[in-house]
Amino acid sequence: MRRGVLLLVLFAVLMGFFAVGLTLNPREVPSPLIGKPAPVFSLPRLDGAVQTFAPQDMLGQVWLLNVWASWCAPCRQEHSLLVELSKTRLVPILGLDYKDQRNDGLEWLHEAGDPYTLSVSDIQGRVSVDYGVYGVPETFVIDKKGIIRFKQIGVITQEILQTTILPLVKELNG
Amino acid sequence: MIPEIGNIALLLALALAVIQGTLPIVGAARGNATWMSLARPAAEGQFVFIVLAFGSLIYLFVTNDFSVGYVAANSNSSLPLRYRVAAVWGGHEGSLLLWTTILSAWTFAVTRFSRGLPSEMLARVLGVMGLISTGFLSFMLLLSNPFVRLLPPAMDGRDLNPQLQDLGMIFHPPVLYMGYVGFSVAFAFAIAALLGGKLDAAWARWSRPWTTVAWMFLTLGIALGSGWAYYMLGWGGWWFWDAVENASLMPWLVGTALMHSLAVTEKRGSFKTWTVLLAILAFSLSLMGTFLVRSGILTSVHAFATDPKRGIFILGFLGVVCGGSLILFVWRSPKVGLGGKFELLSRETLLLCNNLLLLVATAVVFLGTLYPLFLDALKLGKVSVGPPYFETVFVPVIVPALVLMAIGPMIRWKQANLAELARKLMPSGIVSLALALLPPLFLGNWSGKVSMGIFLAAWIATLTVADLRSKIRSHGAGVPGAKLASLSRSYYGMLLAHLGVAVFVIGVTLVKGYETVKDVRMDIDDTVTVDAYIFTFKGAEQVRGPNYVAERGLMEVNKDGKRVATLRPEKRLYTASRMPMTEAAIDVGLLRDLYVSLGNPITTSGAWEVRIYYKPFVDWIWGGCILMALGGLLAASDRRYRMRWRHRVEFDKTERNALIAASQVAIVEAQR
Repeated sequence: MRRGVLLLVLFAVLMGFFAVGLTLNPREVPSPLIGKPAPVFSLPRLDGAVQTFAPQDMLGQVWLLNVWASWCAPCRQEHSLLVELSKTRLVPILGLDYKDQRNDGLEWLHEAGDPYTLSVSDIQGRVSVDYGVYGVPETFVIDKKGIIRFKQIGVITQEILQTTILPLVKELNG
Repeated sequence: MIPEIGNIALLLALALAVIQGTLPIVGAARGNATWMSLARPAAEGQFVFIVLAFGSLIYLFVTNDFSVGYVAANSNSSLPLRYRVAAVWGGHEGSLLLWTTILSAWTFAVTRFSRGLPSEMLARVLGVMGLISTGFLSFMLLLSNPFVRLLPPAMDGRDLNPQLQDLGMIFHPPVLYMGYVGFSVAFAFAIAALLGGKLDAAWARWSRPWTTVAWMFLTLGIALGSGWAYYMLGWGGWWFWDAVENASLMPWLVGTALMHSLAVTEKRGSFKTWTVLLAILAFSLSLMGTFLVRSGILTSVHAFATDPKRGIFILGFLGVVCGGSLILFVWRSPKVGLGGKFELLSRETLLLCNNLLLLVATAVVFLGTLYPLFLDALKLGKVSVGPPYFETVFVPVIVPALVLMAIGPMIRWKQANLAELARKLMPSGIVSLALALLPPLFLGNWSGKVSMGIFLAAWIATLTVADLRSKIRSHGAGVPGAKLASLSRSYYGMLLAHLGVAVFVIGVTLVKGYETVKDVRMDIDDTVTVDAYIFTFKGAEQVRGPNYVAERGLMEVNKDGKRVATLRPEKRLYTASRMPMTEAAIDVGLLRDLYVSLGNPITTSGAWEVRIYYKPFVDWIWGGCILMALGGLLAASDRRYRMRWRHRVEFDKTERNALIAASQVAIVEAQR
């Protein structure tokens, strides 16, 4: 009987772990970049303007760096959310067009709306390697001092935006 | 119209499942024969409606009805017909319907093949299966309905994941589910026996064929999955210790223990409590596998799209089924008496040892699979547990089990004589040692692991054959043919399955020990030598499939100046999903596979990255599994089970033995 009760206790503990496990995301891997300064780069702007863009240009502001591409199907899922977010003017979004042809990228933004303050073009994907990009889309939250505070791997959902990203932005803007 | 028919059929099936899960069990407790008698028609009706629902979903896929969300998400009008049918179980909702369909098919089989069961027992068994079905049907109707309409309808479907567009997808899931779900029958028998308070030899005898058949399907299902991964994933592995593979291995290990424990319970009346616990565990682990795959709490190649509500529902269901049955077990099992006594050296002891080893092996897999979850839940960081852990911990547990497994059939029940046993084992031991030490020396690069593997395989094979020989010498009378015929099918089944294990061990050992891999860059007409084979790359050309475009490489393989094979590996791009896929080309042989897969094109001049494998004896891995499964089939078809289905008799042990003896005499005479 006592052994039987032990069995039940073990089972209950296992169920407890499963219940906690449901609230966790096994794919969420903490990025080593969090808490570190955003890697420096200088890339041409997608819209063809003469000046290049570097993250230092954003010092003093909290901003989002969103890695996207016209060929990326999941990006389309989050795109309308980004467009809406850009209308609220809560936080500037900068786009990093990843391994994409310039015309394809521009055409896609023309078609689906452009949520970005500006986009830069990373045709070779070099900068994305510095940022530890696994795949598109990915989004970084970068603070006033240029430190990466959060990284979203994969699509931003309404929930992640409301419960994680926007509160963080608010806090960083203090 | 058809989706609505499917929906209504599911609702009616649920209503019948509720009836089947409640009234007969209550009736059995109160001795109400009318309520008990409802079990059979309810189960039959449920089967009809679920098959109707399943048929409706197949119809929707075949006719490309993209007004149904599930079809639009998992199929495409250019998908070939056979994959449109397989796409039915390509996603969460449909595979759940497949699960439920198979459950109702097993239930239906119980109604057909259990005429000899006492009515309380049958009522309880079907009742328990009805409760399980109720859980799955409500899950489907509430949170995972495959018949939900899409408004507006999609123009075309998103296509089946290209990785699933393969013959493996047609056979692997149904066969695997037959195994998983099949353990529900043994589970239902165990719960019924606990409810009725009668854990006796008869209960074990009824459970045995069901367990064996389920185990057979699970063995085949796992082997199919492994073979599929081997040629599909393009890097030649056959087992990855992926969370979901482990989820199927655990019930297999426990199911193997259960099969053997049931034999002891039936023949000697021992281990009853243990056997019941194993029956509960085997099915609980099957359910847990379902939970792990569908809740997304572990990362795996098999992940379904996840929804937190689904995870919570399955977790709750798992808690009710497993928790409920464990409580019942704790509450009822102490009333069950002990079986026959046995000495330290006896077949009972050996079977018990192996049972424990199999359970420890299960625990090893369990811990490795869930360790990342445990750490994460305790906020101790993220880890992933891979093959190194499993190989270092699993192998030492399973090796002694393999050593003992070969002795099991030779040793006497109840009390064995050490000297006699040693005399029987000695020749096999010597032969196996010689075989283990000689060929590796002969082939070069000796390794301890290879020798151990060969020793185990030779040990199992020689002892299995030796046992057959001694049985022929001592058993029955007359010509050898008649003696062979006088042995039961279940005995032959056991021999075949044990030989299968030996074949499997050979495959694993030799492929691990002697496989070669080469990753090379090949220009047109470049050659690479692997083992004695010369591979010549003849370039790649564009080809067009029904729903993909591909680069198809041409590789000529020569040995001793003669053409052995022409291999055509492909790199495909599926048009609807824009997903690239690698199709390896394999020349299959009894003693070796030659395996070529394309990496990426290097230049425009036609050079490619190519990966070439030479895999000795790799097909023995699956050959061994097939032998095991055939052994299971043979054992389950033993005439004593068929007889019992016809006669409604409660045997006691002497009657049973008399009957077997009489039937054997009859066979011997018929042979003359």
